[in-house]
Amino acid sequence: MNDIRTIALITGVLALLTAVTAVGQFLKRHPDRGLDPAAVRTFNLRIRGWWVLCTVLAAAFWLGTTATVVLFGLVSFWALREFITLTPTRKGDHRALFWVFFAFTPLHYLLVGLNRYDIFSVFLPVYATLFVLARVAFAGDYKRFLERTAKIQAGLVVCVYCLSFAPALLQIPIEGAGAVGRSANFRLLFFLILLVQFADCMQYVWSRMLGRRLVAGAVSSNRTWEGLVGSATSTALLAAALWWAAPPFQPWQAALAGLVVATMGFAGGMTMSAIKRDRGVKDYGTLVVGHGGVLDRIDSICFAAPVFYHITLLVTGAGL
Amino acid sequence: MLSPADLQEPVASAALSGPLLAPKPGRTAFCRAAGLSLAALARLLAGSSVRWIASQPDTCQRIYFANHTSHLDALIIWASLPQPVREVTRPVAAKDYWSRGIFRRWLAEQVFDAILIDRTAIKVHQSPVDLMLREAGTSHSLIVFPEGSRSVSGEIDEFKSGLYYLAKKRPDIELIPVHIDNLNRVLPRGEFLPVPLLSCISFGPPLWLERGEAKLDFLARARRAVISLKE
Repeated sequence: MNDIRTIALITGVLALLTAVTAVGQFLKRHPDRGLDPAAVRTFNLRIRGWWVLCTVLAAAFWLGTTATVVLFGLVSFWALREFITLTPTRKGDHRALFWVFFAFTPLHYLLVGLNRYDIFSVFLPVYATLFVLARVAFAGDYKRFLERTAKIQAGLVVCVYCLSFAPALLQIPIEGAGAVGRSANFRLLFFLILLVQFADCMQYVWSRMLGRRLVAGAVSSNRTWEGLVGSATSTALLAAALWWAAPPFQPWQAALAGLVVATMGFAGGMTMSAIKRDRGVKDYGTLVVGHGGVLDRIDSICFAAPVFYHITLLVTGAGL
Repeated sequence: MLSPADLQEPVASAALSGPLLAPKPGRTAFCRAAGLSLAALARLLAGSSVRWIASQPDTCQRIYFANHTSHLDALIIWASLPQPVREVTRPVAAKDYWSRGIFRRWLAEQVFDAILIDRTAIKVHQSPVDLMLREAGTSHSLIVFPEGSRSVSGEIDEFKSGLYYLAKKRPDIELIPVHIDNLNRVLPRGEFLPVPLLSCISFGPPLWLERGEAKLDFLARARRAVISLKE
């Protein structure tokens, strides 16, 4: 039963991806449709990003839980790299940053892999924060102290702590999933990523079609209230329609999760936009020219993962 | 760490007056492999993206001159070059730093094939510029840091005159400006553990010493060429 659902979900996503790829290629070949060629190019880049995302996820799933946790750990590491690169730090932060990159980030993911929710839920927000504050103080440079430590902490929380709740979904015990519990957990993670990506697209589509009122024009010139409401509604509908794929959810619970995930994803995009605007850049990183950085791809997932994790815990009754 | 001449060059000495040194015996396969893996590791750690702006990698004889911000500078520039170019490119490094300890000396001599300059014993008849040009011969490219030492402020300091004499004595060599961005945050002065931030290495279009160009004008122009790569 569970495996039929997995196959159905994968087939559905592959069919959808193939369809949008076909549309994208069609639009590229026929530039006379009166569409903005830049928008078509962005659309096609996005589709390529999804293929990459799906391939990497599929490989990680196939290799198992540990591989998936390691994969997300590496993504966190790279995103944190982009985050700290863009935020000015001073020499006095150097030692603290060294610990953040080479001790706290790997240790946190180790705890996630070991399924120690009781420790990993406080490790970064409490202990890493205290360490960073103290280490920067020990370094003897008090200039703009709070500002600097806050930057490091924000990077850790967004890029490492929040993102790690996505692979942590693999560890939630799901009742009734039995021997194939693992594939049920993977479906849960896939469900989250699917909802986040869908919400991102819907936000763009609704903003384009009906967008009138900007949420904050100075921060983002294409995120509108209409986009937010439209994306939250359509994501809730999709989630309800796919409730069978996410094991512990009833349709109404799935819809609620979709609503929250879309809203949080929107908030994540806004937050990263604000940081980028402040630093005067358009994209994080230069991993592949014209593609933006890793952080641009995962900002919505970072914000949506913790709340989705906790909703799942509530629904399964496995904690809280 | 790395420094071209920071002395006033006597005008009389000619670059290629002495006999050319015989080409060094080829490095062992192990040293080559060490060089390759070290280059890969350095680029991964420093997350360096490489840009060639109005310029192309080439194995012709060149002098790469860059701003100096970190101990990693020479390694990263060297690692940013394509393998065939790297083969003919030799960093110019300070002897007092790079000949200390067996490992460092091995790295400098066997892996990077560096030209070590003794900063403490600079003499008129043994000027670093002559040494560099003699070691470069007619086929090797050089990596130099005309500021002389790592900048303290993070700004690009005034260039020392060594670059001018290199250009004057060998007007046939292309001078390539290189800008290193953010590497001082990866490994700041006085630190020994790196933080893996993202850095950017930009190579600019070649320049030459113009006929009759005054020393200070040339050095200012070269410095501007590096700064302009910052965008």
